[in-house]
Amino acid sequence: MTHFPLLSLLIVIPLAGAVVTALTPSTRAGLGRQVALGFSFVSLALALVLWIRFDSATGTMQLVERFSWIPALNADYHLGLDGLSLLLVLLTGIITPFALAAPAPAARNRNIYFALVLALQGMVFGAFLSLNFIQWFLFWELSLIPAFLLIRLWGGPVRSAAAYQFFVYTLAGSIAMLVGFLAIFLATGLFDFIALAELGRNGELTAALGDRFSFNMAPETLGLLVAGGIFLGLAVKVPVFPFHTWLPEAYTQAPTGVSMILTGLLSKMGVYGFLRILLPIFPEQVQAMQTPLLLLAVATIVFSALAALAQTDLKRILAYSSINHLGYCLLGIFAVATVIDPGAGNNSGREAALSGVFLQVFNHGLTAAALFCFVGLIEARSGGLRGLDDFGGLRKVAPVLCGLMGISLFSSLGLPGLNGFVGEFLIFKGTFALTGWAAVLALPGLLITAVFLLRILNRVFSGPLNANWTGLPDLSFRERMTVAPAVALMFFIGIYPAPLLELFNQTVIVTIQLLP
Amino acid sequence: MLTLEFFLIISAALFSLGFAAVLTRRNVIMILIGIELMLSSANLNFIAFWRFGPDPDALTGVLFVLFSIAVAAAEAAVGLALIILIYRHFKSTNTFNFSLLNG
Amino acid sequence: MADHFWISHFLWLVPVVPLLAAGMLSVSGNSRRNRAVILTLGAQILSFILASLLFITVIRAQGGTEEVVRLAVNFTWFEFGDTALRLGLLLDPLNAAMLVMVTFIGLLICIFSVGYMSRDPNFTRFFAFLSLFSAAMLGLLVSNSLLLLFICWELVGLASYLLIGFWYQKPSAAAAAQKAFITTRIGDLGFFLGMIWLYRETGTLLFYDGGAGLLEQAALHGLATGTTIGGLALSTATALLLFCGAMGKSGQFPLHVWLPDAMEGPTPVSALIHAATMVAAGVFLVARAFPLFAATAGPDTVATALIAVTWVGAFTALFAACIAVAQTDIKRILAYSTVSQLGFMMIALGVGGVAAAIFHLIAHAFFKALLFLGAGSVIHGCHDEQDIRKMGGLRRFMPATFATYAIGMMALAGFPFFFSGFWSKEEILHLAQGWPASPIPFYLALAGTFLTAFYMTRQMVYVFFGNYRADQASSEKASESRPHESPPIMTVPLTVLAAGAVLLGLVATPAWPWFHHFIEGGAATLEFGKLFTAGTLGLMLLSIVLVAAGVGAAWFLYARTSLGTAERDPLERKRPGLYRALAQRLYVDEFYDATVIRFHHAAGRAADALDRFVWHGLVMAVSGFSVLLSRASQAVDRRFFNRGFDTGCETLRTSGGRVSRWHTGNIQTYLAYIGAGLVLLIVFFAWIQQA
Repeated sequence: MTHFPLLSLLIVIPLAGAVVTALTPSTRAGLGRQVALGFSFVSLALALVLWIRFDSATGTMQLVERFSWIPALNADYHLGLDGLSLLLVLLTGIITPFALAAPAPAARNRNIYFALVLALQGMVFGAFLSLNFIQWFLFWELSLIPAFLLIRLWGGPVRSAAAYQFFVYTLAGSIAMLVGFLAIFLATGLFDFIALAELGRNGELTAALGDRFSFNMAPETLGLLVAGGIFLGLAVKVPVFPFHTWLPEAYTQAPTGVSMILTGLLSKMGVYGFLRILLPIFPEQVQAMQTPLLLLAVATIVFSALAALAQTDLKRILAYSSINHLGYCLLGIFAVATVIDPGAGNNSGREAALSGVFLQVFNHGLTAAALFCFVGLIEARSGGLRGLDDFGGLRKVAPVLCGLMGISLFSSLGLPGLNGFVGEFLIFKGTFALTGWAAVLALPGLLITAVFLLRILNRVFSGPLNANWTGLPDLSFRERMTVAPAVALMFFIGIYPAPLLELFNQTVIVTIQLLP
Repeated sequence: MLTLEFFLIISAALFSLGFAAVLTRRNVIMILIGIELMLSSANLNFIAFWRFGPDPDALTGVLFVLFSIAVAAAEAAVGLALIILIYRHFKSTNTFNFSLLNG
Repeated sequence: MADHFWISHFLWLVPVVPLLAAGMLSVSGNSRRNRAVILTLGAQILSFILASLLFITVIRAQGGTEEVVRLAVNFTWFEFGDTALRLGLLLDPLNAAMLVMVTFIGLLICIFSVGYMSRDPNFTRFFAFLSLFSAAMLGLLVSNSLLLLFICWELVGLASYLLIGFWYQKPSAAAAAQKAFITTRIGDLGFFLGMIWLYRETGTLLFYDGGAGLLEQAALHGLATGTTIGGLALSTATALLLFCGAMGKSGQFPLHVWLPDAMEGPTPVSALIHAATMVAAGVFLVARAFPLFAATAGPDTVATALIAVTWVGAFTALFAACIAVAQTDIKRILAYSTVSQLGFMMIALGVGGVAAAIFHLIAHAFFKALLFLGAGSVIHGCHDEQDIRKMGGLRRFMPATFATYAIGMMALAGFPFFFSGFWSKEEILHLAQGWPASPIPFYLALAGTFLTAFYMTRQMVYVFFGNYRADQASSEKASESRPHESPPIMTVPLTVLAAGAVLLGLVATPAWPWFHHFIEGGAATLEFGKLFTAGTLGLMLLSIVLVAAGVGAAWFLYARTSLGTAERDPLERKRPGLYRALAQRLYVDEFYDATVIRFHHAAGRAADALDRFVWHGLVMAVSGFSVLLSRASQAVDRRFFNRGFDTGCETLRTSGGRVSRWHTGNIQTYLAYIGAGLVLLIVFFAWIQQA
């Protein structure tokens, strides 16, 4: 390893930033935020450097850092970057300063709040770059701690219940996953994702499980059990219907910046897990269970959209909308697993679905974070009110706020010309080509999404101006600068998505080639 | 003829008297006197065993007793001083009142 | 041929120019009124000039050949995997004609709006939205890719949403905007599905791509021969899905409900978007994808997809015309009339007359824009009154508006010979008559013709004849509330449109079917003899009779009685039940409220309850069970392990206490123990000695 350890640096910078921010004297107001923002911008710059250094012509791991770490467990310190990781690293780099600049809770110890956000960023970077289960799992679990503290300490009125539910639920899923990986380790002696993917592709993993354990079960059943455990861990994180009940509560209770990170980054860790672990290592199992999995994805899409229709709290609506959008990612992922006749030789459907999933991951992170930020801005103006019926006619007093939030809402409902459409189009295109029925079943989700998002526009922004809010201030210059980059990106990706697609195109191709 | 037994019996009686005084008297001074009696009986034993022992010419027994008497004198002095202090503390010389070591 | 097409390199400019204007306006402040006007009008004029140049280029290139001129410029949008997703722009007679129409009417309506919106506080934003709409609509017309068309299709929907809800402070406007967006989106889902289906089957979304396009022979053949669920040909299934989108956008039954509500928007918007251009996008889509719709047609058989189009169109044409008869809002009458006329266009498409449909579309765009702007002028003049029962006698107050409105009305009603509407409707009826599948759509269309004449005459009588009725209500303020003629900036566009409504008829008479040949290829020759062939003449006479009957019946009913808010409508006096049903729009909205909307709310609540109670309940049950377990374990600890240990400790403590009683603290007692011990020792030793 001769090159400079850029990836480790990427993980270390936010963690160092967290320490510095925590130690910043809180006497000068705003200093802590500035320090934290400074560090997050350094991470963003580094992520951009990675993008420049990244060779998008190959789909293999790049800038790999690997040395022996725990020989007894055959676990190396193994970092690597491919298109998927880079995409998510970029997303993390963008979302974190955005979340830091969003309205922060006005309590004491704000520096600790900013420090925890940075710590969370470090963990997330680690999870997106690790190629070894032990290491990955470490970051995966460690990310829970700052998230828990952020919700528990700075959240809304029922923050305690929400934080505990979030923590315990996710942890329970993680334990199922850990057990699954222990079984794999005992059977193969491996923790490395890439080596395991190789085994999974050849079907050797199932055989190894069958050799190691008997339990009077067929190797296929064992494989399904192990894959099921890992699925459970990831499903809670994403979340997949019906493991999603922690999410509305956690998103609603968390302070604005944390909601943004939860929806923008932590949920992406789950999707990343599906793409990095479940799909490459357990292709047989995913294929065997494809129909129920697709049904789960469809249920995630439709039920969350319907549930959003019944909510009256803006944050809850957005939380359900978030589940709904992640449902499209799952739909694409599970559709990709379809067994394709090798004679057909046309991978266009799979490529479309997987590209769509990648794009959707990025787009949803951006758009959902922006929407939570806007709700936070509204909340900061209304003194904590965020009910659907608490407002009305805000367009009159805050046209810029409403215009920009309107753009974000339309981006969320997949209006062409904005970022959401490209990903959804590709997902549906691919899914329809692979498993038509699932695409058709999921289609009503698109309609219901439009209904509840337009309802926000209608109830909050339109109608006669509510007399309580005649003095509601529009966005200040600083706030405009906070949200403007996100909105600009929405337009850019919506109109010209080619750079983003080029970034992960080879990864998509390689991932698909690895599937049986 | 005076035999060893005679002295020993006297000494034992003396010791018993002293011990009885120590056990039964309530006045601290009386207890001190009882202790002196017990010391005297020990001294008597020394002398008796010396006189009737294998080497009556060496003055070992007398020397022991002389030391012992000197120590007894010092002990009496210290004892009396302690008693005075105890008296000052408890305003009493009755042992019933001294139960600080009670378990 | 290529040298004719130098202009096609600037095809992309047609939509981009207004888009730039929209972008610049949306970031500029509301106070910059003059700049907004200059930017919008400048962009519209530039687009119009470009469109005209393109139109002329196409005419010259076509030059009377049988082949339809078609020029496609394709480019890659992005690549995914090994596949490149390509979009493209297209220039052919169909969209060249549409481009001129859209830019021309758009320009006139922008001019009209400068006057109409002059007092609105959000003047700049209005023009930004209007420019956005123009850009999207023009993009829709020039796209050579189903995907690009869909993108623009959604964007015109967005512009429509924004403009219907332009007066967002009115709850009814906001609700109408939402309803429009969502209703059209229902259709758009079908469109979307059809699009990805076509993509799956053909691997391309380009219409024309040098033989590899969607609408070219190879792909169509594959689609027409492949079958899917229910034995439908693939082409039929996908065409029907695309038609769902067209039904939503063009307000065909049962997705027509949004269009009358869309009249909540400012009147120029109703004229441009909800009468002339956007609602015609559905017709344009069917016309554009016509080869797909007609793919299964044999020499003697009719394509299944087109049968559906015809029936939907015919039913809508009559259905909406019926409802229009009993409306009292000036704009709603026109809205239902639009729905009905769009039905006529669909009939034309269904029976195979693309040129007829497009000609009716363009003619309708002119006279319906004229009527809407006239209605806008009336509303403006009557101080924002829209109820025709409170108008009356306006021909004396607003002569220019009256004259132009009358021309529009006659064109719409199909007055013979001098109006474009007559010729376009004639051609549709002619085609419908010859449709082999069924004669019923022809009769439905005839009934629609009669009703059109009827409701338009009714409206004219209510608005322009008789006495001004608002005076009766508030006579004290009569002088200041008198209706007034609109300023020239509003009447000049009316005049231009009226001229268009009349003159346009010249290019599509049976005697000189220039337009027909322009769209479908071939050379047009002037033959007056064609006017007098038996079929043409008979049908012409029939429709003249029907129009005359419609006008006469309405005049007979309405002109001779007193009208007003207090009076019941003459028709209501005769047929109260029928009239009420029609006035209530045949209860379609109520039906949707009771079924679809209620179902969705119920489903939403059910999903919410499912979440709150079932899934959350399960989680709570699991966590409750865990808590229960821990309680049990705690109880075992407390009752069992802890108690044993505690008892041991207690025993030790009490026994220790008991022993400690021996420690009296009295030295003499201790000494006594020692003494006793001594005695015991002595006894013991003595005993040993003896033993």
